[in-house]
Amino acid sequence: MTDLSSTEPATHRSLKVADARTKKRNAAEKRFRAYGIVAIAIGGLFLLALTYNILKAGLPAFTQYVVELEVTLTQDEFDAAESQMLKTAAYTDIFIGNFEANLEERGVEVPYDGDAIERLLGKVGGDIRSYYRENLDDIGQPVTFQLQTSSRVEGYFKGRVNRDTIVDSRFLMGSDLDIVDALRDAGVLTSRFNWAFVTGTDSGVDNPGGAGIGASAIGSFFMMLVVLFLSLPIGVAASIYLEEFAPKNRLTDLVEVNISNLAAVPSIVFGILGLSVFIQFAHLPQSAPLVGGLVLTLMTLPTIIISTRASLKSVPPSIRDAALGIGASKMQSVFHHVLPLAMPGILTGTIIGLAQALGETAPLLLIGMVGFVAREYPDGVVSGFMDPNSAMPAQIYTWAARADVGFYEKAWGGIIILLIFLLLMNALAIFLRKKFERRW
Amino acid sequence: MSLIFIVSIVIALAAIGYVLGVRRAVSSADGDQRILHSLKGYYGQNVALTVLVPSMLVLAIWAIAQPLLIDQSVSGLLDLEEGRAQSLAMADVRRVAEGLDTAIAQGALTADAAANMDADTTDVRDLLGDIGVAIGSDVTAETLNAAQRYRGLSNTGSWARGFVVLAIALAGFAFALSRITKDFRARNIVERGVLVLLIAAASVAVLTTIGIVLSLIFNTINFLQAYPAADFFFGTRWEPSFSGRGGSSELGFLPLIWGTMFISVISLIVAVPLGLFSAIYLSEYASPRVRSIAKPMLEILAGIPTIVYGLFALLTVGPLLVSAFGQGGFFGVDWMSGGTAAMTAGLVMGIMLIPFVSSLSDDIINAVPQAMRDGSYGLGATQSETIRQVIMPAALPGIVGAILLAASRAIGETMIVVLGAGAAASLSLSPFEAMTTVTAKIVSQLTGDGEFNSPETMVAFALGMTLFVITLCLNVFALYIVRKYREQYD
Repeated sequence: MTDLSSTEPATHRSLKVADARTKKRNAAEKRFRAYGIVAIAIGGLFLLALTYNILKAGLPAFTQYVVELEVTLTQDEFDAAESQMLKTAAYTDIFIGNFEANLEERGVEVPYDGDAIERLLGKVGGDIRSYYRENLDDIGQPVTFQLQTSSRVEGYFKGRVNRDTIVDSRFLMGSDLDIVDALRDAGVLTSRFNWAFVTGTDSGVDNPGGAGIGASAIGSFFMMLVVLFLSLPIGVAASIYLEEFAPKNRLTDLVEVNISNLAAVPSIVFGILGLSVFIQFAHLPQSAPLVGGLVLTLMTLPTIIISTRASLKSVPPSIRDAALGIGASKMQSVFHHVLPLAMPGILTGTIIGLAQALGETAPLLLIGMVGFVAREYPDGVVSGFMDPNSAMPAQIYTWAARADVGFYEKAWGGIIILLIFLLLMNALAIFLRKKFERRW
Repeated sequence: MSLIFIVSIVIALAAIGYVLGVRRAVSSADGDQRILHSLKGYYGQNVALTVLVPSMLVLAIWAIAQPLLIDQSVSGLLDLEEGRAQSLAMADVRRVAEGLDTAIAQGALTADAAANMDADTTDVRDLLGDIGVAIGSDVTAETLNAAQRYRGLSNTGSWARGFVVLAIALAGFAFALSRITKDFRARNIVERGVLVLLIAAASVAVLTTIGIVLSLIFNTINFLQAYPAADFFFGTRWEPSFSGRGGSSELGFLPLIWGTMFISVISLIVAVPLGLFSAIYLSEYASPRVRSIAKPMLEILAGIPTIVYGLFALLTVGPLLVSAFGQGGFFGVDWMSGGTAAMTAGLVMGIMLIPFVSSLSDDIINAVPQAMRDGSYGLGATQSETIRQVIMPAALPGIVGAILLAASRAIGETMIVVLGAGAAASLSLSPFEAMTTVTAKIVSQLTGDGEFNSPETMVAFALGMTLFVITLCLNVFALYIVRKYREQYD
């Protein structure tokens, strides 16, 4: 002690005044703390930016612009139009007549011609004709038609097309925008919620306006059914064996290492497995939700096994011992006591695994669920499993890969729907955990 | 007999078996359940399991074996060499056979007419075209013959399948019922059966791995027979021809693995500091309230599907980067010409990986014993000094494991690079140029129009094999470190 005091000459400083070294250390402490806050803030900012971007780009997909027009078609007009050579042209003329009367009634004055109508609303004549041919009773009565505007006009409202950049083409002329504005001011052209996007089927590559995600959502639904009914029983059975019955030996170790590795295998490798085993070898149909479901089952199985084992492990041994003590067999103690107590945890893990599977895209690309135009709904349960369909994430990818900019909006809109499903599933999982969680 | 029909009959048989088994057991004890060896339900379960398990097993094996056997027998008729021509011809045969089935189902043909049709007198292609089955080329007599044989065999096969499966189910039914007496040890047998089923379920995971390895190995060998291995592993050019001939394609692996590594490194440069500092802050500084908000927030990033990140990279981050580093951009440098680049994909992937790094590191930092912190504080170290000089060195192996796991994620990530990184394979050093990765090329080679047996398509399996091997090594090593580390402080 005396040595120490002799080598360092005593300095008379107050403890309240920090010396340079202390200041430096304190500054370093503050900096270090700030790094942490900045790191988390960047993560948070990114999340906000992503959410903002998704909503900004995706919400317009849920709006649709329609021209509402009341048309009364008399029997004479119908007969006259049906007897002509160019039937749809005749209907277009009838429509334009009605349109003119309607505009006059509302006091809108704007010059237009038949071509402009076609550019704005597409082939109205065909739409009207097919309506009346199916609903012959409506002839002579006023019918309100809601005609969807073309994707270019939608682009004008949504900011993709504007007056400064528009180039006259056969799709849209600069003068058409005057008509559009006049119609909107008069209340003929209105916006409404785009149900066709939520429930509809995919459209061709040149018609982004008509594309819907409904059919591929059905495809996703059938895939999730397959995943649920295969991965839950298999996963639970495998976990019960590994957690409760497996002898502690090298073989069991191997299985465990194998499962934790399988959880980290890239998802695209599962796609390769699906392609070569289910399609090449077993000749199951390409693009079928059944095959997609099988691939996703194999992919989610490790996740489900890991979470199920964790919840089996959390059931205290005293429960098992008590069951064994009153004469239950090992199997009975597991199935009658441990498993029911672990069930909430298992369900939570399963739902989270399903949510993961729902958003997975890469393996689906390889088994042919992409580039496929899901034009139709499946006819029934068997066709739902076996007929080619798309799935929501694959559909989003298809749209993102198409050339027409109009599809990007659909892709973002599809992402909103996908995220709503994921949010609901995760909320359900959290709710189950909160409600049934049991701390021993 | 259709599959659904057979399965539902077997299930119905099992249900009846359960009820009869219970009844028979109770009556064998003259209604006194106490003298039964097992609880009465076990007798029923025994019958149900004996009906279900063997018959379903046979059904599954049959479903796999029948198409293989039929293919073999029918392709003998076609008189072609093994290989591509044969598999194409077989696809034709299958389409014609399916077309005939559809025709019969729609009533366009009678079953007899389909079986006795002659390709010389009937234009099969037209006939099938009428009912909506398009056949690529004219149907030759040979193909039609084979298709008729195919239909005949499938038909016989499915009847035989029905009979065999039902016979096995019935035999099980009778056998299990006949064995029931009051001293029959039903519970032990049922439990042994259930245990076997549990083991079977556990082996699905192992079978999956074996399936992955086998499907990769066989196809990779096929590829390496068609394309020289040295050119694949050491080739510096990736230029697949689209004709499907193979001769003019350059399928060098190096540009792809270069792109993969480049993008992974960029993503790790983003993810490791952010993830690590987040983890340190959350585990050492944050109040429980902040922690309860910030931790789930970061984990949301891990729950977002990768297609969302991919779209974000393609449509938002890419254009943003171009407006910063492109011609006439914010920084006045002309480094970037297109939105899809290694940087775009790397940045977005880095953000995606933050939660992988942070939550694993968080666990590992929390596992460092409190005594080590207390010792350091006692010596007068500040909190950050403790973290840097005591906790980090102690947690380092675990954190390295976490980073390796994140790296394996980055290497295997597909959607972000497919959408964000571009398609041109290059050995460039600039992060602002388009690059492509192993995963992106697997997707493009397998979703293209190429014929299945051409080297252009088969190369995807070789790429998958290398991807699998690389990520497997990383995973095994990382999991080993993490496990070892956990044991150290347990």
